[in-house]
Amino acid sequence: MTTLRTPDPPVAPPAPAARGRRGRPAGRRRKSQPEAFAFLTPWLLGAVALTVGPMVVSLYLSFTDYDMFTSPKWVGFGNFTHMFTEDDRYLQSVTVTLIYVLVSVPLKLTVSLLVAMLLNTRRGANGFYRAAFYAPSLLGASVAAALVWRALFMGGGPVNEILAFFGWHTPSWVDDPQFSLASIVLLGVWQFGAPMVIFLAGLKQIPAELHEAAAIDGAGAFRRFRHITLPMLSPVIFFNLVMEAIHAFQAFTPAFVIGGGRGGPADADLFYTLYLFEVGFQDFRMGYASAMAWVLLVVIAIVTAIVFRTAKLWVFYDDAEDRK
Amino acid sequence: MTVLPRSARSFGWHVLCLVIVAVVLYPLVWLAFASVKPPDEILSRLALLPTRFVFDGYTKGWEGAAGVGFGRFFLNSFLVAGLSVAANVLSCSLAAYAFARLKFRFRGALFAFMITTLMLPYHVTLIPQYVIFQQAGLVNTFVPLILPKLLATEAFFVFLIVQFMRGIPRELDEAAIIDGCSVYRTFWHVVLPLSKPALVTTSIFTFIWTWNDFFTQMVYLNDTEKFTVPLGLRLFVDTSSESNFGAMFAMSALALVPIVLFFLAFQRLLVEGVSTSGLKG
Repeated sequence: MTTLRTPDPPVAPPAPAARGRRGRPAGRRRKSQPEAFAFLTPWLLGAVALTVGPMVVSLYLSFTDYDMFTSPKWVGFGNFTHMFTEDDRYLQSVTVTLIYVLVSVPLKLTVSLLVAMLLNTRRGANGFYRAAFYAPSLLGASVAAALVWRALFMGGGPVNEILAFFGWHTPSWVDDPQFSLASIVLLGVWQFGAPMVIFLAGLKQIPAELHEAAAIDGAGAFRRFRHITLPMLSPVIFFNLVMEAIHAFQAFTPAFVIGGGRGGPADADLFYTLYLFEVGFQDFRMGYASAMAWVLLVVIAIVTAIVFRTAKLWVFYDDAEDRK
Repeated sequence: MTVLPRSARSFGWHVLCLVIVAVVLYPLVWLAFASVKPPDEILSRLALLPTRFVFDGYTKGWEGAAGVGFGRFFLNSFLVAGLSVAANVLSCSLAAYAFARLKFRFRGALFAFMITTLMLPYHVTLIPQYVIFQQAGLVNTFVPLILPKLLATEAFFVFLIVQFMRGIPRELDEAAIIDGCSVYRTFWHVVLPLSKPALVTTSIFTFIWTWNDFFTQMVYLNDTEKFTVPLGLRLFVDTSSESNFGAMFAMSALALVPIVLFFLAFQRLLVEGVSTSGLKG
């Protein structure tokens, strides 16, 4: 896998431009190959017409009132001030989403790391367990899985019954403002397989000698975990943290389905993207929805930046292979 | 500290793993059985196994809604997912080849830009994109779902294929070029065939993600005729009456079948793809 990291400039002789090789001087290497743009055209078109262009337009729209039928009306920072000072449902969606991110991401990463450590052995049937744990990561994002989840957590459903068997009588999870969000968090955690597989790959990279040497020196399992596994795994933890957080901010399907399409009991499942969808595509307040999208972008950028900044403090890179 | 004999520890390990398997797979097993239970048993009896097998849910659910059968929804979903796979494989491998092998100005900057778009929330481009497709009269067609893929907007896959292509020895395509192959033929006959594993991974994930996609399809499709499977299932979102449970779970189970089949067929490759590239499920 190390070959995947080959540096850009070729070590071998420079790739010849166009057809045939006429011994071009090495100095002309920086010139563009005409074919490059043929290959890049679809991507460039997409980048301009579907990414950069729309981004500029949505930034503009975020300062307007726009309903798609009449032309946009400039309102300055009106959308943003309305959002943070007058729109209770917006603030509710921010709260719900933040709780979801702050609870589900650490929980999911903890579970996936623990299970990955459990699977990091040479025992038989390992592949089977790994596959079984990974399956929900593929299925869990679907409407079908969310419908199942809703039924499992309904009043009188299996979860109620099983918990009651252990003496814990819970209300109908999906209809209770507090439990409802918890059921969505659990649906997220259920999909721990993808980060688990990435953790497992990371764990396999940690040289066994490190653990052996520490064990000989008398370090117990917990200390080895704390002082060897965690630091050696920190780049992978970092990667998973960033990716999972970005995903969690944008969660939509489970909230839509479990909240019955309208944000759940007392708006307890009103996720950010759900409210954005409602504002944009049911009320056709496209300007306001664009403003919401930009706030989301800025928040994700800030969170990512913070994680990257603090990474210096807790992410350990082996000097030998300075990655990233 | 007592040291258990190896076999006992191994046994304990298997027990623990199997308990987790049971918890993790319970919802899926539950669904499979719920889809063949009599509706009044689905929530009221905890036992997984039904007292008798009933397939009414499947026949009733298959009738669909508003005169459009669920078969149609499946057909639409397969069409969208199939075209998305073709579009993604083609466009992303073209862009990836340029980034991995060709020289052009601003290559570094453009590559960095592409990586940044990986983190971009889809919502910042959503509304203008919607307006564009609306003006072009393409809302309520499959074009808005497929065209972005034809233009390689899914940077994840471009990145995945770039990384893979960089691992292919350069000598191979250089040899082809020395033998007089054009850049295009080198791409088509040398690099592309060698990139097959990355293309297969791209196809599988594109299929599954498109199959599961709900948000985009809900935004762009509003005729029942055009509905895909997730939109068909959406009709059940408001149902809380038990009479509809049979149909709801039968169709949910069917909706998951293609993913389960894909998973069983490509399980190894999928898991490997995740661990080497950090792809999410």
